[in-house]
Amino acid sequence: MIEVHDVWYSYDEVVALRGVSLKIQPGEVVAIMGENGAGKTTLIKHFNGLLKPDKGYVKVFGVDTRNASVAELSRRVGLVFQNPDHQLFAETVEDEVAFALKNFGFPKEVIERRVKWALKLLDLWELRDQSPFALSGGERKRVAIASILSYDPDVIVFDEPTVGQDYAQKERLAQLIKLLRSQLKTIIVVTHDVEFVAENFPRVVLMSEGRVIADGNTRRILTSPELLKKARLTPPQITQVAWELSDFSVPRDLMWVSEARDAILRVLGVRGR
Amino acid sequence: MKILEGFEFKRGETLIHKLDPRVKLAYSIIVFALAMIFTHSITLLIILISTLPLFYVAKAFRKFAKSVQGSLILVGIVFAVNFITLGFERALAMSIRLLLMISCFSIFFLTTYPEDFAEALVKLKVPYEFALTFTMALRFVPTLAREAQLIMDAQRSRGLELDKGNFIRRLRNYIPILVPLIVGAIRKSIKVAEAMESRAFGASPKRTSLRELKFKQRDYAFLALIVLMFIVAVYAKYFLGVEELISSLVSLG
Amino acid sequence: MPIIELRRVTYTYPGSNKPAIRNVDLVIEPGEYVVITGPSGCGKTTLCRCLNGLIPHFYGGELEGEVYVSGMSVKSTPTSKLAQIVGMVFQDPESQLFLLTVEREVAFGPENLGLPRGEVRARVEEALNLVGIAHLRDRSPHELSGGEQQKVAIAACLSMKPKILVLDEPTANLDPESALHVLSLLSDLKNRLGVTIVLVEHRLEAVAPSADRVIVMDKGEVILDGAPREVLSKQVVEAIGIGVPKVVKLYNELRKYGVDFKFIPLSPSEVRKAILEVMRSDRSS
Repeated sequence: MIEVHDVWYSYDEVVALRGVSLKIQPGEVVAIMGENGAGKTTLIKHFNGLLKPDKGYVKVFGVDTRNASVAELSRRVGLVFQNPDHQLFAETVEDEVAFALKNFGFPKEVIERRVKWALKLLDLWELRDQSPFALSGGERKRVAIASILSYDPDVIVFDEPTVGQDYAQKERLAQLIKLLRSQLKTIIVVTHDVEFVAENFPRVVLMSEGRVIADGNTRRILTSPELLKKARLTPPQITQVAWELSDFSVPRDLMWVSEARDAILRVLGVRGR
Repeated sequence: MKILEGFEFKRGETLIHKLDPRVKLAYSIIVFALAMIFTHSITLLIILISTLPLFYVAKAFRKFAKSVQGSLILVGIVFAVNFITLGFERALAMSIRLLLMISCFSIFFLTTYPEDFAEALVKLKVPYEFALTFTMALRFVPTLAREAQLIMDAQRSRGLELDKGNFIRRLRNYIPILVPLIVGAIRKSIKVAEAMESRAFGASPKRTSLRELKFKQRDYAFLALIVLMFIVAVYAKYFLGVEELISSLVSLG
Repeated sequence: MPIIELRRVTYTYPGSNKPAIRNVDLVIEPGEYVVITGPSGCGKTTLCRCLNGLIPHFYGGELEGEVYVSGMSVKSTPTSKLAQIVGMVFQDPESQLFLLTVEREVAFGPENLGLPRGEVRARVEEALNLVGIAHLRDRSPHELSGGEQQKVAIAACLSMKPKILVLDEPTANLDPESALHVLSLLSDLKNRLGVTIVLVEHRLEAVAPSADRVIVMDKGEVILDGAPREVLSKQVVEAIGIGVPKVVKLYNELRKYGVDFKFIPLSPSEVRKAILEVMRSDRSS
């Protein structure tokens, strides 16, 4: 469980977080959204202690992050950063995925088993002996994810996982999140991809200028013109369609193609067909 | 690294900023030469004090002071070593000389626009490709610094502890930082090359330049002043024997 | 006369045993706004590189077939010459900016051509104003946001007065707001300057309404080439894993239930128009 209590944080003179509070329960799947500079990445770096609050506190599984090292906190909260090239360094994919396990002092047999599991999960088993640098962009991204999943943290945080990904890759990511959810992992994703969130996340934390301006049901937040405007986000395309048709009594909070289809069928059915 | 503060460009519109970089470079080199020529602590101190007003005019005194602060350990070591081997006066002289060397180049870097370095080099007949390489290195320093931080964050999040273990262990722990940094730098350099090609690098053997460094009246004036100062100083040292004079005054007193 | 022509082009990178693009035939007329899309690894970037000579001159490898740009054969024309016709903007906003100020970055191209200083200055001003970044001229690239960096890259190409702008996923690393700014800048430039645009892009919902043509690639081959409405509504596009705009998916879904719009909508307002048309024709029938 992650508890953020009235956290303030500044980089030199720039205030990045202004009194942020939120709670994330085990098993939740949450999207953190907001414009560039809203403080999203700054916030998640507090979850594993990379940053410690100037004011307020962050408790992870009951432990105040100021009293624990990054390594200790990372053991339970895994952070998958945006750019896999910022972490790949090993001679083989297998070594790369084993790195965190070795750092945390797992015994050899456990490391072998977990690495195999993670590689298979991310479709990387065939590539295990290759150099991570010889892989394609999409493959490198999967290695980065596997290297965090391998040590089985309770909470997995993804920082902008959909940037630069094509549609098929995003689908695979959504499937992975579903799988992890079924394993009762807590998933936190920082993203600006409104369509991706509309399809896959029940809860959104919306940030703007270092503050949380909304926290709750995805549908309520992503279909609210005021909130979207404040956070400089575009509404999902289907929501825009719903707004175009509001004079036909189409509900304004649609997000999915199936809902829009049903609403339009109703509209056309009603009009004497 | 506080000592580097005095070498980091600080934006400004002061007289010193507006001087042609070649004049400032000439100043740095001449003061450096004087630092080598003179050996007595009092003369070195006079030269050091003479450089200070420039920092005031450039509104960069604080940055220079930070550099001095950062260099005190080094200065202390120099002082101690010289004190033990050569005595107090020599130790003092060497320490002041060190500060003088820092000061004379510091003023150059604090007040010269990085984009003018390359121009200055080209004007001094350095081939364009070399000057460009220098510019690009400067350009990417902040980018690489940011990358290094991101890499450290990513690796620490995988349990890498950079501040634990003995010396050998710590060196090895830096491999997961250095490898991505270097690979990243190589990847970037390929992208830079592609971009350069895509904007017709090498299209014409005769390349023009948007801006050109031209000496203005004040540049000539300063240069003349600096040369004059050098001549006077050399004269004072070798023909008037000013340092021997000071030595004897001090030993009398 | 076409401004870009590819005839049976096949290219294999050095050291690779499989071609990255295969049998590509492509004709682009001056002034067209062409979007190229496809799953990762389909050869879109490789195709772009053939347009300004990076392939074959920078990358080496084996280039079969013919590539003509503005009448010049890419195989026998150096990139420094092609770069005066084709401006290229890359996916990584920061690494394509390698000088210390925006102004110098934009001046780099004309300086390389040896143009007189007055001409260089004039082109720099024009490019900065066209893109709306004159206020950024003294800034250092690393201080700028991704969106601003891409605008600088575009200006740096425009100062060469190119006939064609090729952009390889320029918005991939940008947040949605900046992405839209860059894309609307492209439409604006096309309208104002008549420049031909070749844009590799995944954000189809943002570009489909403005594009004249969409080319779909998969596994190194061009599999579809036509007007956005025709191409995006085809089954195969979704099947190979391309992010078809939701309004097009909606159109396809409604067809399954017997509702046939008179045209394929590419934006929410077009959906409204289509529905109104259906209602009008229902009333009259």
